[in-house]
Amino acid sequence: MLSQENRLSFFLSFASLLGVLLIWQFSTLPQASRSPYGIPDGNAEYQRLMGRSAVASTVRSDFPTPGAFVRNAIEVLHAPFHNNGPNDRGIGWQLGASLLRVMIGYGLATLVAVPLGFVFGLQPVIQKALNPFVQILRPISPLAWMPIALYTIRDAELCAIFVIFICSLWPILLNTAFGVASIRREWLNVIRTLEVRWPQRIFFVLLPAAAPTILTGMRIGLGVAWLAIVAAEMLVGSSGIGYFVWNQWNNLSLSNVILAVLLIGLAGMALDAALAFVQRSVRYAE
Amino acid sequence: MTLFPFSRRPYAFRAAPCDHGPALACQCGSTYPVIFTTGHENGLPTGAMSAQASVPAISRRHFLGAATGSAALAGLAGLFAPHAAMADTAPSGVVEKPDLNIGFVPISCSAPLIMATAKGFFQSEGLNVQLRKTAGWALIRDKLLDGSLDASHLLSPMPLALSLGLGGNAAQPIRVATMQNINGQAITLALKHWHKRDPRDWKGMTFAIPFQFSMHNLLLRNYLALHGLDPDKDVSLRVTAPPDMVANLKAGNIDGFLGPEPFNQRAVYEEAGFLHVLSADLWDGHPCCAFGTTASFAEKYPNTYRALQRAMIRAAYFMQEPSNRLEAAHIMAQAAYLNQPEIVIEQSLTGHYADGLGVVRDNPRRSGFSPYPYPSMAVWILSQFSRWGYLKENIPLQETAQRIFMIDEVRKQAAALALPAPEDGQNNWPVLTVMGQRFDAFHPPSYSKG
Repeated sequence: MLSQENRLSFFLSFASLLGVLLIWQFSTLPQASRSPYGIPDGNAEYQRLMGRSAVASTVRSDFPTPGAFVRNAIEVLHAPFHNNGPNDRGIGWQLGASLLRVMIGYGLATLVAVPLGFVFGLQPVIQKALNPFVQILRPISPLAWMPIALYTIRDAELCAIFVIFICSLWPILLNTAFGVASIRREWLNVIRTLEVRWPQRIFFVLLPAAAPTILTGMRIGLGVAWLAIVAAEMLVGSSGIGYFVWNQWNNLSLSNVILAVLLIGLAGMALDAALAFVQRSVRYAE
Repeated sequence: MTLFPFSRRPYAFRAAPCDHGPALACQCGSTYPVIFTTGHENGLPTGAMSAQASVPAISRRHFLGAATGSAALAGLAGLFAPHAAMADTAPSGVVEKPDLNIGFVPISCSAPLIMATAKGFFQSEGLNVQLRKTAGWALIRDKLLDGSLDASHLLSPMPLALSLGLGGNAAQPIRVATMQNINGQAITLALKHWHKRDPRDWKGMTFAIPFQFSMHNLLLRNYLALHGLDPDKDVSLRVTAPPDMVANLKAGNIDGFLGPEPFNQRAVYEEAGFLHVLSADLWDGHPCCAFGTTASFAEKYPNTYRALQRAMIRAAYFMQEPSNRLEAAHIMAQAAYLNQPEIVIEQSLTGHYADGLGVVRDNPRRSGFSPYPYPSMAVWILSQFSRWGYLKENIPLQETAQRIFMIDEVRKQAAALALPAPEDGQNNWPVLTVMGQRFDAFHPPSYSKG
């Protein structure tokens, strides 16, 4: 049985969705031709060349109606894994290509950032020494790296991965450092007194103690990575969901762009939910 | 549909008694006499060639109709065995690098590249080509220079700009392997400017162009200057990707653009703009896009380079044939290539089109295709680079042009394919007529800006 509050929030959520759909529907109703000098009624050949049958007096609107969008989405999602060569692959392939890139770049970032974060957290001197650089590099937009990366790495595929790496690195690094640095002094004193060896100290005390904070950083990092990949692929793309958006935009096909945008949102949500699950499993009460 | 091996076969230029099998033998030595040897660049048989080129196409077809079954069969054999057919004239060695990545930008200018792929011209040269749809010209440049593309669709000013190191890059020698297309661009204006057909009224407007080193930029600047506007002061020019041109035109952010097809026609189709003037009416026969690669690639893989040239030459001839245009539009509309409505591509290729102001117009010269890179056109481009301040130094124009637009190479490969020579009397330096003004590559005008 749903609680009163849950029922209310469910209702509000549903109502806002309905509201958006209604606004969408009404603002995209077919309109008459916008240009009085655009389409002469009597000229059948002109009508044909403009992509309209001679009978239809109204033209399609620029923005798809919800119905047109759903019809198109069903068509695209019907064969998500079709493959007609590298320039025409289904949306499933594209989403997969993006996920793979993110996994590689983000995986590398985690491998670098977590150990480095431990060093920062345990050695305040090093953190103080390197912090200015981190603070300068951290706010740089991932796409600003793109020209530099393209020019130095000279490989579009590696560039995209580098961009993912560089932008997901900082949140993980800083959160790990913060998490490690804020481990309770008593615990550190205890392991020092007991002369626990370093591997055990890290894997049985420090890592579990800092895990919730590290995972917060990883969640932020993954979100940033997913934001960046779409933009990066629109720039260098030869595959990926960002390339799909660009390719559909090239055809001015807003239906497909909207579909891709929705899928990007859903995939980002799924990624975040997966990490949230991991985070719950490492949470502890003091 | 007319295919070249059928109709052009009787005009094959043969060097010696041929050795390519009995199926073709009847066409070479016996029916048609040997015309000249391979070294045609010394200019010997000019008269013979241009006389042949001017034989109207219809008579060739009549010839075909009258030809016996065996001749038709022979033509068919030539279609499927181009290697055998050219073995006697072209030094067709082994292709050193059969697997190639070739970049293209999804616009109609890339039609020869798409046809060379889709119609199997690359394949019949023993090349396995992957076309890579690429998001823009800057990226094409970067990928060509870093080697992730072996060769690419280029805007014809790009090989010159890159070879000279303009636009902030280190100079990198690039070669035009073949041209792809001539004409096929347009100035599109927003519908609200339907009454402003005189460029003198365009002061303060914003125009989009696809790239700085593009024919679009140079043509638009030339057009504005011709009508008394300073393109650097009186209007603003904005480098914009073609789909963004249409969207921005619709949104009112720009007043017009000089862009590639099919986006001019797409703007009409979307009721965003109208075609003010076709580039064919500004400069009939102007070059637009080239197909090229780095000089180092051409030197390292000479046979591959020539095989690419032959496939692209065949594709350009295929595209130039009006009866092939509908088929081409159908192929190009596919998602893997242009990903555009077929009717839009069709209009820009056939020149039977809606102009956006309610009139159906016909101009069969709207789009053209030619593989021949005339160095005189390169000199025009270079002179515009100086005119607009992209090129600061004084360079030897004709030599630079000749080094990058190597037309004789293309002529040689076209002859090897037994394709009819263009009707230029083997003149590599034709005098151009650009927007009504004469342009002699040996006496380029000195422009006074503004």
